[in-house]
Amino acid sequence: MLKRVHFPSSPLPYLLVAPQLAITLIFFIWPASQAMYQSFLIEDAFGLGSEFVWFENFQVLWEDSHYHAAFWRTAVFSVLVAALSMGFALILAGFAQRVVRGAMFYRTLLIWPYAIAPVLAGALWVFMFNPTLGILTYFLKHLGITWNHYLNGGQAMTLVILAAAWKQVAYNFLFYLAAMQSIPNSVIEAAAIDGAGPGRRFWTIIFPLISPTTFFLLVINMVYAFFETFGIIHAVTQGGPGSSTTILVYKVFNDGFVGLDLGGSAAQSVILMVLVIAMTVVQFRYVERKVEY
Amino acid sequence: MADIKLTDLTKSYGPTEVLHHIEGDINDGEFIVIVGPSGCGKSTLLRMVAGLETVSSGEIQIGGKRVNELEPSARDIAMVFQNYALYPHMSVRENMAYGLKIRKLSKAEINRRVEEAADILEIREYLDRKPRQLSGGQRQRVAMGRAIVRDPQVFLFDEPLSNLDAKLRVQMRLEIRKLQQRLGVTSIYVTHDQVEAMTLGDRLMVLNGGYVEQFGTPIELYDRPASVFVAGFIGSPAMNFVPATSDNGVATLPNDAQVSTSLGGHSGSVLIGLRPEHLIPDDAGAISIDVEMVEQLGANTLLHGTLSGTDHAMVASVAGHVTADGDSQHRFRIAPDLVHLFDLQTEKRLAI
Repeated sequence: MLKRVHFPSSPLPYLLVAPQLAITLIFFIWPASQAMYQSFLIEDAFGLGSEFVWFENFQVLWEDSHYHAAFWRTAVFSVLVAALSMGFALILAGFAQRVVRGAMFYRTLLIWPYAIAPVLAGALWVFMFNPTLGILTYFLKHLGITWNHYLNGGQAMTLVILAAAWKQVAYNFLFYLAAMQSIPNSVIEAAAIDGAGPGRRFWTIIFPLISPTTFFLLVINMVYAFFETFGIIHAVTQGGPGSSTTILVYKVFNDGFVGLDLGGSAAQSVILMVLVIAMTVVQFRYVERKVEY
Repeated sequence: MADIKLTDLTKSYGPTEVLHHIEGDINDGEFIVIVGPSGCGKSTLLRMVAGLETVSSGEIQIGGKRVNELEPSARDIAMVFQNYALYPHMSVRENMAYGLKIRKLSKAEINRRVEEAADILEIREYLDRKPRQLSGGQRQRVAMGRAIVRDPQVFLFDEPLSNLDAKLRVQMRLEIRKLQQRLGVTSIYVTHDQVEAMTLGDRLMVLNGGYVEQFGTPIELYDRPASVFVAGFIGSPAMNFVPATSDNGVATLPNDAQVSTSLGGHSGSVLIGLRPEHLIPDDAGAISIDVEMVEQLGANTLLHGTLSGTDHAMVASVAGHVTADGDSQHRFRIAPDLVHLFDLQTEKRLAI
């Protein structure tokens, strides 16, 4: 029989969780519900009044080909950012794990990019790839590639993906390194004795054993690519040229604060929120079921 | 199957030499136990044979072939680790088949070998479980199974029983011995447990501080320990040591008691070694012990105390039950050929 334990009720537990609840309420629940409410309104052209229109803003988005394009752009952008930064971090962690001398120095260097503000990270890349002054532009020119991300949408996209991925490598690296170090050395040695070379050891032993970390990072990186790359895009391309780097979160900003379509922008942010919540739920479900050993 | 030859083997980490000029010939099919206190370099030595540590100087030969530069996988060895080192994300079957798959054996052959090994180790019903669903003893068997299926030239065991409880350890010890005799594979087994070493090994290599103290059969080590260290390490309870003066077959103890030894022609200061179980109660005996504490073990009784008139600790093991209260004097005799003599300075055995 299950024994039920009753604790004497006391206000203390409520007091202890109150600060966290207050933060969640003030900084998440309240603005989120404001956005929800706003998404049902259409503002008049002069901002003097607004009309409650139920789902009209969503309906407009549903039929808007620009929004569809931004949707796919975001998908490509976030998948590439996540894949690139995680893949690169994995390789670096694999190397870092083998380093014995100067390991701390090497790791510290790799963690630095994480301490840089997104806008600064963006500025850094802008300078390197500046069409007239950039050092990398100069090298690319010698390879016969003309780089101008102010004119070429594909190049602009490449640049923001690189900048966004680079910024996140440090974070992923830390997690991968910790995951790899938690694998007992003897397991890897056993595989070596069993005849597995370094490559096979990595793919059949290390990679499966760090898969929980991979799934965790996938969620984190997708959310990062969806939301936190705003600063980088704003600094590097401002969504341009045209709208070739306008991902969903940037479109929210652009339509709302530049285009002043507050209702439509709020509707977009609600969709974005639902999307990320769904993604997180699905991925954690998957993590719970598939990643077990 | 193969013999192993260690020639002038050393291992250094930077300027620190941790293994010094190890020599050893291991015959085909022999079960060798490397034993010593923790930090003596025994695991390092095993890992060098496995290829998990580099060789600083000297040579390791397996089956007449120099393997210093070979990768672990190329040495045709199998190793059982202290923590078993099973692949946690694979089933027992996959764990055992891993090495065979790499060697590109056919599916049927892999299945046959895995099931044969599973039958030997009686783990057939666990084949589809994951390691975390097994108990310590079962994991131990899987680790052995993974070694057996490979059909290697050499088995290496790195303290494989130290994570098991006492009863299971005794049982697994017997099974490892039976298995090794049945398969006839040359084996090296590392342990710090002298009982495990005595019962398992055809021959024992006693390591201390990176030096080989003695390399011989368990009985040789017990009967003719080459040094004070080996004498104290092998046998339980440990041998008693008392400084004495030896003169032509007679050793004079600090309390002027005289014990005859079979070592003639040597005179001077020595360290005399008396095994507790060789002390026989005899009221006319030369050795007198002030007993301070009595341990009743059932089959025998341990009398702890000091050599009368001195403060040298002494233990005597007497068969059967002895009722003795603390603070009583007991006298013992010992056969001259059971008295061990060691050089006081070098702590080496003085040959009889």
